[in-house]
Amino acid sequence: MVVMKMKFPFQKRVKLAQGLWLLSWCATVAGATTFTLGCLLKTELRRRAEVMDNTDIHVVPNTLMIVGLASLGINYFASKICQDALDAGRFPRWKNFLKPYFAVSCFFTVLMLLSVIMSYAMKGSLESSLKAGLRNGIRFYKDTDTPGRCFQKQNIDRLQMEFECCGNNDFRDWFEVQWISNRYLDFGSKEVKDRVKSNVDGRYLVDGVPFSCCNPRSPRPCIQYHLTNNSAHYNYDYLTEELNIYLRGCREALVHYYMGLMNTIGAGVLSIFILQGSVLVSLRFLQTAMEAVAGKENTEIETEGYLLEKGVKDTIMEYLDPVLKFFLLKNGGKVEEGAAADKPAAVP
Amino acid sequence: MVLLKMKFNQQRRVRLAQGLWLLSWLAVMCGAFIFCLGVYLKTELLRRNEVMENTEIHVVPNILMLVGLASIGTNWVATRVCQDSLDASRFPRWKVLLLAWFVVAALLCCLLLAVVVLSYVLQGRLEESLKVGLRNGIRFYKDTDVPGRCFQKETIDRLQMEFRCCGNNNFKDWFEVQWVSGRFLDYTAQEVKDRIRSNVDGRYLLDGVPFSCCNPASPRPCLQYHLTDNRAHFNYDYLSEDLNLYSRGCRQALTDYYMGLMNSTGPGVLSVILIQISVILSLRYLQTAVEGAMALENPEGDSEGYILEKGVKETFEEVKVKVLTMIKLAQVDPEGVPDEAEAEKAADTAAEKAASPTPAS
Repeated sequence: MVVMKMKFPFQKRVKLAQGLWLLSWCATVAGATTFTLGCLLKTELRRRAEVMDNTDIHVVPNTLMIVGLASLGINYFASKICQDALDAGRFPRWKNFLKPYFAVSCFFTVLMLLSVIMSYAMKGSLESSLKAGLRNGIRFYKDTDTPGRCFQKQNIDRLQMEFECCGNNDFRDWFEVQWISNRYLDFGSKEVKDRVKSNVDGRYLVDGVPFSCCNPRSPRPCIQYHLTNNSAHYNYDYLTEELNIYLRGCREALVHYYMGLMNTIGAGVLSIFILQGSVLVSLRFLQTAMEAVAGKENTEIETEGYLLEKGVKDTIMEYLDPVLKFFLLKNGGKVEEGAAADKPAAVP
Repeated sequence: MVLLKMKFNQQRRVRLAQGLWLLSWLAVMCGAFIFCLGVYLKTELLRRNEVMENTEIHVVPNILMLVGLASIGTNWVATRVCQDSLDASRFPRWKVLLLAWFVVAALLCCLLLAVVVLSYVLQGRLEESLKVGLRNGIRFYKDTDVPGRCFQKETIDRLQMEFRCCGNNNFKDWFEVQWVSGRFLDYTAQEVKDRIRSNVDGRYLLDGVPFSCCNPASPRPCLQYHLTDNRAHFNYDYLSEDLNLYSRGCRQALTDYYMGLMNSTGPGVLSVILIQISVILSLRYLQTAVEGAMALENPEGDSEGYILEKGVKETFEEVKVKVLTMIKLAQVDPEGVPDEAEAEKAADTAAEKAASPTPAS
């Protein structure tokens, strides 16, 4: 049961070979584009590596880079094959190469599609990674004298200013940690002593935020401290004040940013996937059409091209057989050894 | 005395034409590059338009864009001339145009050189413009409710954050203006009343700066207010604290940025000038060599190419004479008409004189 049989007169074969040659060079450029997009995404993820707890999300740009490089090779060979396709003398040397070539190409093309799906599927993983990373960043904000953490303050400040966000979920996250270092607290003053005594851990908690949470769009100079105390500031209502500080949390801002980036890249990669798929399909048609010509005297006859000689299931079994045999051989070997061991044991 | 004479056989002429064709296309690309450079510089200047008082500095990107466009056209004409140069039937039609082409191309080179010079010379004007613009921006910082000025606060805040600067010359500029709007001041509070009474104009002045002056690289949370009062903050010394706020003034920061931008384009512009000059010289050689060849009996024989037929001084004198003749010709005609009229008048008077005695006698 042949899959997708099509008739190919000589002219159509020639046109197919020429079109495929152009298409494969376009696909080579597209492969380079995929690699570049992967590099871009990786760079952007690494820029904010300090507020990410794990690097699980990096599998998306890594896959894109691998697929991009592989696609360069695949399409290079595709162009070489269709250059030789119309030459009856040179086409047969590709015969043995084509079966593994199609297997590898299909694998990488499917991987391309998988990477797009992954970029959507890993949103949750990215969120939890950012949640943990930002929580640590806010906790270690004050530790500018601790080696290894001394840049957290600068990172968090610049992050909040660039992404126009405050805190992890929102600005109230700053109320729950001590973000002012003890080096700058006068433990002799009453206010400090009261605040430190007011909680179990003895931390200096304020209802205030760092300056990097301030919103430049606010019509009034930024109010950073005593945010929940309406009487501390003139003409100020904590519940209706919207423009004073950024209301969005940094986790949401960063997830939004990276999802936007991956959506754009995903759209590009999907179109490249379609292009690559069409290259492979056309090459398969060309191969089968040219194989029917081989050995014939008149090379300009009409031939049939098809996608798969047998049905889909049979073809999959055909490809998987060598792989399974490889594993079964191992098991088969063990079975044989076991049988040999049993025999001598059985003999006495 | 011919200037820089060189012999050209047919082979060399062909090579020259081909090489010049490539060089001219390169010069077209360079013209496009100059245009893009001008557009980029103009965009960057327009982005900070609100803190500049005048637009004198815009003459640099304007000239760059003009020269870029003109250079694309000029060098495209050069490619056409090259293509026709080896064809004896089509080359003569370019004869008249070539003189004008040389003038235009030389003018473009001069303009590009002028741009490089201007970008250094106008630094002072840029600083002045920024000084006034920033002073106004700081003065109107609080006027977020006045139409036309309501975005000054956001502009100045974003500027200070992006360029990592504070105030005009330094952060003390904020001590001299009231940057907190009256809408947010409690006039019944003693502190506010004291501050307002402390100066002649009744302004609320304080030794504090907006949040956008804060330096994220500081190890301690930002201190914005009571900056000169060491006792207001724990473990704080006003004179030795240098990381708390940005120490650079915004005028300095912006001038440095724009000068850096224009300096980095300097080498590019200079190399474009060199390419353009080489195109001019090569085209002159090609023109004279081909014209010389066309005048020969055997058009494929050797000819001479030169830059100037006579020496520099003689050519200059010749050009001067030509220009003066042209000016004179323009003047001679109006003078010629009165002469003719006088001659006519004299003839009439003579005729009258001849006619008048008759009645007497």
